[in-house]
Amino acid sequence: MKLINRNSKTRDFHQAKWNEPIIFELHQSGEKGVEPPPVNEEIALAVGDGISIIPESMQRKSKPSIPEIGQAKVLRHYLRLSQETLGSDFNVEIGQGTCTMKYIPKINEMLIRNSKIMKLHPLQPESTVQGMLEIFYNLDLCMREISGMDYFSFQPSGGTQALFAMASIVRKYHEQRGEGDQRNEIITTIFSHPSQAATAVVKGYKIITLHPDENGFPDIEKLKAAVSERTAGFVVANPEDTGIFNPKIKEFTKIVHDAGGICYYDQANANGLLGITRAKEAGFDMCFFNLHKTFAAPHMCGGPATGALGVTEALKEYLPVPIVEYKDDKYTLKYDLKHSIGKVRAFHGVAQTVLRSYAWIRSLGPEGLKEVAKIAVLNNNYMYHRVLNIKGAGAPYVKGHRLEQVRYSWEQLTKETGITTEDVQLRMTDFGLHYWTSHHPYIVKQPFTLEPTESYSKQDLDEYIAALEQISKEAYENPDIIKNAPHNSTIHKIDERDFLDNPKKWCITWRSYLKKAKEHQSV
Amino acid sequence: MPQKVHPYIPNMVPEVQEKMLKVIGANTVDELYSCIPDEIKLKEEMHIPKALTEWELRRHIEKSLNKNTGANEYVNFLGAGCWQHFIPAVCDEINQRSEFLTAYAGEPYEDHGRYQALFEYQSLLAELVDMDVVNVPTFDWGQAAATSARMAGRITGRKKILLAKSVAPERSKIIMNYGSPELECEFVDFDIKSGLMDLEDLKAKLNYDVAALYLENPSYLGFIESQGPEISKLLKEKKALMIVGVDPISLGVLAPPGHYGADIVCGDLQPLGMHMNYSGGQAGFIATHDDETFINEYPSRLFGIVPTVKEGEYGFGDVAYERTSFAHREKGKESVGTQTALWGITAGVYLALMGPSGIQEVGQTIMQNSQYAVKEINKIQSVKGSLFESPFFKEFIVDFNKTGKTIEEINQGLLECKIFGGKDLSKEFPELGQTALFCVTEIHTKEDIDYLAASLKGVLEK
Repeated sequence: MKLINRNSKTRDFHQAKWNEPIIFELHQSGEKGVEPPPVNEEIALAVGDGISIIPESMQRKSKPSIPEIGQAKVLRHYLRLSQETLGSDFNVEIGQGTCTMKYIPKINEMLIRNSKIMKLHPLQPESTVQGMLEIFYNLDLCMREISGMDYFSFQPSGGTQALFAMASIVRKYHEQRGEGDQRNEIITTIFSHPSQAATAVVKGYKIITLHPDENGFPDIEKLKAAVSERTAGFVVANPEDTGIFNPKIKEFTKIVHDAGGICYYDQANANGLLGITRAKEAGFDMCFFNLHKTFAAPHMCGGPATGALGVTEALKEYLPVPIVEYKDDKYTLKYDLKHSIGKVRAFHGVAQTVLRSYAWIRSLGPEGLKEVAKIAVLNNNYMYHRVLNIKGAGAPYVKGHRLEQVRYSWEQLTKETGITTEDVQLRMTDFGLHYWTSHHPYIVKQPFTLEPTESYSKQDLDEYIAALEQISKEAYENPDIIKNAPHNSTIHKIDERDFLDNPKKWCITWRSYLKKAKEHQSV
Repeated sequence: MPQKVHPYIPNMVPEVQEKMLKVIGANTVDELYSCIPDEIKLKEEMHIPKALTEWELRRHIEKSLNKNTGANEYVNFLGAGCWQHFIPAVCDEINQRSEFLTAYAGEPYEDHGRYQALFEYQSLLAELVDMDVVNVPTFDWGQAAATSARMAGRITGRKKILLAKSVAPERSKIIMNYGSPELECEFVDFDIKSGLMDLEDLKAKLNYDVAALYLENPSYLGFIESQGPEISKLLKEKKALMIVGVDPISLGVLAPPGHYGADIVCGDLQPLGMHMNYSGGQAGFIATHDDETFINEYPSRLFGIVPTVKEGEYGFGDVAYERTSFAHREKGKESVGTQTALWGITAGVYLALMGPSGIQEVGQTIMQNSQYAVKEINKIQSVKGSLFESPFFKEFIVDFNKTGKTIEEINQGLLECKIFGGKDLSKEFPELGQTALFCVTEIHTKEDIDYLAASLKGVLEK
């Protein structure tokens, strides 16, 4: 047999395609997916049908129009849909910058499916959940070490909710000091996550957005001009979404503190900093980590997640309740925090994610955590140097090293070939790779943000880079192949915005689709 | 000895690092941190225990978990916002699939299945709540209710939200925190005998400054609010919106809130296929009619179905994306981020499995089992099985005021019988005295309920 040529740098990939019907189209009257537990005959004899006592105004008159489908058909349907989804277990997920896509250890998934966590009710007596509380408390201790903060709450179930909780604490803090009305401004930077500004607005704040200096650093002069007796707080990601670390961060927090504001730190981009530098030393009063980013909990199509919220001793009393404490060999839930903002989410948070992250930290230890950061930074800088050599690609602002990610630009490629970052996105799909453009607004022109994390090998990085190189080559030589992409996807190009932005045409559910499609046919 | 390469970090291999550093033009990885000033660099090692291998980790975690007692070992009658229900095996099979578990923000072309599964979830839940629009799930019911309140505030241009006093206190706290300082909340009383909303109090508080009334049905306290049509009429007279929070598993037997005038329906998906997970299974939903004014006020993602360029294909995308903070930062409607999408997919699987009959059967069994429990508890001297006269769904208040014992004492006694008793309401609703909220669902057997009644009797006779 002759040696098979395996020299292609890009993958010959085709996404699964099942042309799978919408689940309502699988309906067959009389079929059944599962038998729910039946009522005991003696109970039925004792109480009757149980539903006649429902007042007339509250009775459901007809069954919901859910399809009737046998179990195997339901299973097959969802398995086919799962095949038509490129989760990060299958994908070199470098292209989702700012989201820290990393390996999800399978042992952790096994552990959370233990009935000793799945079948716990959040209101069980403390004596019966000591193991769960121990895990919450142990993760709190680890997080304290990683951040330098004094207490953590795992109640917020996502970064957005943690940012909202922090904005709530800022408001409560100033209200307690009689400055609630006066301090009505939150300062942030344009390269911080969009949630920072949005959640502070929900808490009634006016947003002041700082734009960077010519090197991409948050502009300290602009900060000095922005702070005043109206400053309630300063929220920032560092490194920002550009991958640029603000070396003057300690001066920034001092300026805000001197003006009477609270500094809170979005650590969604913390993956390159574990064991290297902390919120405390940079002068922050609060910080949060996304457990589904830095701490290896899965993203689950967009949650549930956890935004672990840490505060200094001075702000402990403001945390949402309860928090877990350890005294006299017992773990307890403490509800009586003097200035608590109350609740941001039901009960205690996403316990499975708390367990996953605790397990991940314990599997790495302090040295391993530091290796995570260092290799994430090594991978990123390797990628950075390689991508800058691709024709048409660039990365604005400071030259030299970046931390865990880089916001790149195809501005030159677009100018020279007409190929945009959105075009590249669709073509990357053909190689079995995910590529995200970037958060809006596009301050960096034709942006894309890559974050290679510690999880990917050099071979993985090289494959991703090879795909970008291939697309750049195509852009200059054969742009139609990009313009007509994707070629190997589950579906062809979507006839998009008119159907999604037009109220007469949008269909958010199957019933709406059927109604609107019928109306359309009868016209 | 050279440093071990961690299984999760392939590029710890020294030769590989060397090659990569060469490309970068650096001698060491530490050089790459030159942008961080020394004064904020961590000088000491973090006080975290040393690394465990997979085997050691498993033993360590299982040792902790074994200190817990699950609701499969004791008989559980706790509800109050997190409930124990039957979960079909297929729900677990789907939500642990690697593809769904690890997917995140892929495009419609690589994550077609994720978009379809979430669109189908929206569509299936829409049939259950009988509304045309359902969002990609929010954090939990409290968040869904809080967002509904803010949506109502924006739609009506008014600032006041009335809350039924029977709303779960945890949820009112979330609503009040999420609403402040923009919205002002005021409670509407309930009748102490029936639990039903005090319509006179509602009339007194209902003015043209009220954006919406938020009530729950079935209520947190278990009873079924039967005055929906009257409440809706009063609200419409003042052009205020009606927001109803609902336990979706009740909707096989109870009328969907839209039938009695609700403009916005919200609730928790946890009963539809999610394990309790010490409250890790919560997820919120919001539903409305297909009304442009309402849809434009959703902060969350709404997946819509669209044609592709090829006839016979469905595609999906974000409806009116410009609403969101993803698109417009502080100018978006509230904020959106990672919420609870996987639970939406799982709830879709649950509904598809149950079908229209299953969802009706489960609702009926819950009603029969819980009524049987009250009947048995009523046989115990000095105990009133259901404090309120109104019919209830799955949860009911047991009145122990005449027993001379506190709920704390009673629950301790039940715990000794391996029973998790009802939630103590004496702090949340002091006006009800020593009462507890018990929850009985389709998973409880006659033996479980008889055992509860017998144990209660035993505890009270002690």
